[in-house]
Amino acid sequence: MAVRQDNERNKVAYVNARLLDPATDLDAPGGLLAEGESIADVGPHVTADGLGGDWEVVECGGQCLSPGLVDVRVQLREPGEEHKGTLASAGRAATAGGITSMVCLPNTRPVIDDVSVVEFVARRARLLGLTKVYPYGAVTKGLEGQALAEMGMLAEAGAVAFTNGVTAVTSAQVMRQALSYARTFGLLIVEHPEEPTLAADGDMNSGEMATRLGLNGIPAAAEVIMVERDIRLTELTGGRIHFAHVSTAAAVDAIRRARARGLAVTCDTAPPYFALNENAVGDYRTFAKLSPPLRSEADRLAVIDGLRDGTIDAIASDHAPEDEDAKRLPFAQAAFGGIGLETLLAVSLDLYHNGGLPLLDVVRLITVKPADLFALPAGRLARGQAADLTLFDPERPWQVRESELYSKSKNTPFDYRPVQGRVLMTIVDGRRVFTLDR
Amino acid sequence: MIDVDAPVSFTHRHLLGIEGLSPVDISTILDRSERYVEHNRQADKKLSILRGRTIINLFFEASTRTRTSFELAGKRLGGDVINMSVSTSSVKKGETLLDTAITLNAMHPDVLVVRHPHSGAVKLLSEKVTGSVINCGDGSHEHPTQALLDALTIRRRMGRLSGLTVAICGDIMHSRVARSNIHLLNTMGARVRVVAPRTLLPAAVERLGVEVFHDINRGLDGCDIVMMLRLQTERMRDSLVPSIREYFHFFGLDYDKLAHAHTEALIMHPGPINRGVEIDSLVADDYSRSVIREQVEMGVAVRMACLDLLTRNLPAPAMANA
Repeated sequence: MAVRQDNERNKVAYVNARLLDPATDLDAPGGLLAEGESIADVGPHVTADGLGGDWEVVECGGQCLSPGLVDVRVQLREPGEEHKGTLASAGRAATAGGITSMVCLPNTRPVIDDVSVVEFVARRARLLGLTKVYPYGAVTKGLEGQALAEMGMLAEAGAVAFTNGVTAVTSAQVMRQALSYARTFGLLIVEHPEEPTLAADGDMNSGEMATRLGLNGIPAAAEVIMVERDIRLTELTGGRIHFAHVSTAAAVDAIRRARARGLAVTCDTAPPYFALNENAVGDYRTFAKLSPPLRSEADRLAVIDGLRDGTIDAIASDHAPEDEDAKRLPFAQAAFGGIGLETLLAVSLDLYHNGGLPLLDVVRLITVKPADLFALPAGRLARGQAADLTLFDPERPWQVRESELYSKSKNTPFDYRPVQGRVLMTIVDGRRVFTLDR
Repeated sequence: MIDVDAPVSFTHRHLLGIEGLSPVDISTILDRSERYVEHNRQADKKLSILRGRTIINLFFEASTRTRTSFELAGKRLGGDVINMSVSTSSVKKGETLLDTAITLNAMHPDVLVVRHPHSGAVKLLSEKVTGSVINCGDGSHEHPTQALLDALTIRRRMGRLSGLTVAICGDIMHSRVARSNIHLLNTMGARVRVVAPRTLLPAAVERLGVEVFHDINRGLDGCDIVMMLRLQTERMRDSLVPSIREYFHFFGLDYDKLAHAHTEALIMHPGPINRGVEIDSLVADDYSRSVIREQVEMGVAVRMACLDLLTRNLPAPAMANA
């Protein structure tokens, strides 16, 4: 399944590109030289002129060349649920989406709470040679929320952050110990902020829509209650916390205030939470059943404000593959989650086209910011860095169609959505792993 | 008596909910039902309108009243009615809802009458069948034939729906009957109030076009119709109300509370009633005020009208062509 294209010369010049490097605020015409696996040179001065004959020249036609996208919240389903998704299928979807590094959740079977599973995922991903995969480690053994997992050893083996996956750490005491212990090693704890008893039996956001459909509501307060609790525990322990897929105005506000107080609190959101609201559930569309649920229009706008003012540090795809058997069910019985690898860039660019964010800031949210939060060696166009690159046309319109996606599971909440912005080429360690052919 | 060929305009293939029906649609069903009320009071109730048609009552949730009502309706119209309930079906063996739908559809039923514990499940099933589907209760979503029989009962007693004030009291949160009634009564120009403790009201219920009351005496003040809803005992377990005693004290319908309503106000209940929980026995059995028995009678007529109207839009059965 490996898609390695061995470039014998291994010296590629990407010329006539619009270079976008948020880390240096660079947005200028120029070129980039990739030699072997690394960036040899980059900047406005790099052109095809004067290159030796051993350089292969890729003409970029003025399109955007940015650091490869970094996605810090992906569910792979391998090992354990390969019928929904595999490292290979996610790798193909991710490269088609311009993603060159992704961090995968530990909620596999077995759970990533053991060094051997970390090594399994790393080895499988390395063999595939597609998007680089960095695993999360479990905060607690078996994700059961009780005993701490071996975070120190998992980190040594390659786990880049720790989380309980798609559920919160229910016990305040366990979370306190996790934050405190993680601080010993400088590790990052990532929380799915949702108070579990308020969310229990809930199907969608609480409100008029849920009432009309006769579905159980999950109140927005379920999110902010857990955010507020963890902020207090972060303060108590001096630890560091990152909230995943923040979806409500109240949570964004609580995080904004915590940061103003100088606490080490960061967060991300996912495209559904700034591009859709609860109305997407429509007539019981289970592809719009997400966790956290799609919220109100006021929440959606507050998430955009949070992205604009920097309260929200990053955008992650929140890729959660679910097969037909898990989705073609009555709404209450259907699984939560939507895929997102292939729509991360295009839907995020909606913030540039319609949300008033500069292009460079949108790219920042999906490259250098998440890379730095998780201390990944990615997200920059700089000499000596891995040649992980995404070439994209920010204007090209297309329509999301589940049948045309690479992902093994097709549960996109954006089906039929017209979007603008298309990945043309994805490069990992100097290898072109995806080229758009349509 | 029954003018089989009377032209009526009713273009829907399924009856999945009241939301989305026009006042004309609703009046068409009610007008048609009136004829069946008279018909059902005769000794000879058998008709041949559904001759050749197969109706499957598919119940994923226990029901005696609604299922019997539909069964009678189908049989009186001359159709072949089969009852399938969850306890005897393959659902227990792990078959999914859609597999069940596809399997049954292969047997060419003309109408599926479906009840399911999950909201939206009947609509999902309707997407996989070629005949008509009647929703007779999906989770907390809708129960359209109940709202129609309630409307027929009210219209026959009061002569109209428009301008009446109707108080729906009790567990609005979990009630598909409440939702269907709210949509129907609003569509037909009635004023709808809901009366319940805050724990039994769904979020943003006022956005459905109702006036919200937490004090039943104020909620019943001057109203023409008092509609009581059943309170299930698991609501106590879920900490939605503390006890039956307390619930009855504040929200159970007795003569003291009823005194606040219009002196001619009708008392309704979709059944089965919990005596001493949401309604006092004396009130429930006061046939000068309570129309609970009449509702059951109207139920058969309304279901006959629905079967009649929906099957008109299906291809004619082979037998009719013979």
